[in-house]
Amino acid sequence: MRIEETEKEIAEEFSMFEDWMGKYEHIIELGKSLPMIDAKYKTDDRLIKGCQSKVWLHSEFKEGKIFFTADSDAIITKGLVALVIRVLSGHTPDEIVNAKMEFINQIGLTRHLSPTRANGLVNMIKQMKLDALALKAKV
Amino acid sequence: MITKEKNIALDVQKVRKDFPILSRKVNGKPLIYFDSGATAQKPKQVIDAITKYYSEQNANIHRGVHTLSQEVTMAYENARETIQKHLNAKYSHEIIFTRGTTESINLVASSFGKKFINACDEIIISEMEHHSNILPWQQLCEEKNAVLKVVPINEKGELLLDDLKKLLSSKTKLVAVTHVSNTLGTTNPVKEIIQVVHSFPSPFRDGAPIPVLIDGAQSIPHMNVDVQELDADFYCFSGHKVYGPTGVGILYGKEEWLKKLPNYQVGGGTIKTVSFLKTEYADLPLRFEAGTPHIAGGIGLAVAIDYINAIGLPAIFAYEHELTGYATEKLSAIEGLKIIGTAKNKASVLSFVLDGIHPYDAGVILDQLGIAVRTGHHCTQPIMEKFGIAGTIRASLAFYNTKEEIDELVKGINKVNQMLK
Repeated sequence: MRIEETEKEIAEEFSMFEDWMGKYEHIIELGKSLPMIDAKYKTDDRLIKGCQSKVWLHSEFKEGKIFFTADSDAIITKGLVALVIRVLSGHTPDEIVNAKMEFINQIGLTRHLSPTRANGLVNMIKQMKLDALALKAKV
Repeated sequence: MITKEKNIALDVQKVRKDFPILSRKVNGKPLIYFDSGATAQKPKQVIDAITKYYSEQNANIHRGVHTLSQEVTMAYENARETIQKHLNAKYSHEIIFTRGTTESINLVASSFGKKFINACDEIIISEMEHHSNILPWQQLCEEKNAVLKVVPINEKGELLLDDLKKLLSSKTKLVAVTHVSNTLGTTNPVKEIIQVVHSFPSPFRDGAPIPVLIDGAQSIPHMNVDVQELDADFYCFSGHKVYGPTGVGILYGKEEWLKKLPNYQVGGGTIKTVSFLKTEYADLPLRFEAGTPHIAGGIGLAVAIDYINAIGLPAIFAYEHELTGYATEKLSAIEGLKIIGTAKNKASVLSFVLDGIHPYDAGVILDQLGIAVRTGHHCTQPIMEKFGIAGTIRASLAFYNTKEEIDELVKGINKVNQMLK
């Protein structure tokens, strides 16, 4: 599925919720189902420092595509991370670098992108794109 | 007696009408503001004074002979006197306008450090300090090869006075402690601390006692502070935490200390005469106030001080004390909630953790309910380390908060528990 298609799918999924509670409950559920990062990769060098919640990110390059796994100590952050991974994981470095990530805005979660250092989400997306570039350069 | 009691009681509904922001909605819910420790809301008296300044008075101060400049110079200097009286400082030139507590501390660290700190000297702070009362001293010590010593706190979050006594030495040049902890709420016995430090033998040639700097950012909004009674050498606070504007703060310094301190920043306003060969600097307080200051801020801060004095700090203290007691009781009854900071003497700060729930998650859910709390480490990472936690949820109360709002917070926390567990 193309990145834009996944984004559209997520936007549709979230449009079903009438109130904030449903939306956040869904994010929490997604957080619980996030493919956990392998414990051996939960190291400080994979830690994306946010002010309040921590995010660990591991990137792998397989057959021209990049695959991400991650974890966070905060469940809502984890849910947001799960959404970002769903959109970006399994794509080529170019696709990842060029992804606009408009779905975050569309589902009304822009506040989580504000650069208040409240969570590591902005830094995580930045790191995913940097990893994509770095892994592409290595090949 | 009855009339007197009536006079000092605080009418919260009347007070709330003074704060326009309290009638707004957040995420469709009435705003419940429990983040006054980060910054307090502003009464319309302060907002009006700022509007009036820019629409009717704006001019530069201490310069022009024209009417506007003279009027506003008078207003600004009156503001200084309002603050002097409020702190019961001996002279108005002991009141220095700064950008806030952080700059006040940096000013002392920089100027005092330049003249009085040498290699191997010691500066003492406490384990419960805000980063703003750690980093200026840490940086100074690094620059001068001096040593930063830290007074520990106990499990309740109380400063260990005996340990302070043990840390004092012939090399101690300054002690800097907070009056009220922004994270734990602990109210330190600053008068006693100052007495202990002052009674230690002087390390200075002129025999002056070891100076004590008090970070008053969290105390000034809640209690009466008399700098002469405390015998504080330096006392710092921010305007915005005491219902005044952001970007303005105060450094109180005893005249004898301020006179000894070399310049901090220099420039316009700090001089008597300038030539390329020799500059003669202005007297206190202007020597420490380089550049055009935050004039509206200074005037607004004085209005804020007048405002709390009109309500009365004893009434504010009594009301907030009762509210804090109510909140402590209600929050403690929630299963899995643990209050961090249980000192005997506490201001209206309630930091807590919820079993199995990250503070960030709780903050997001509470925000959806219109409840503004602070989550995270509150710029006190050493405290987090001490208690072995990543952060807390902090409700910091002000006199415009109500018991009904506390009840809403309790409901909100129950919701958090229900959604996140």
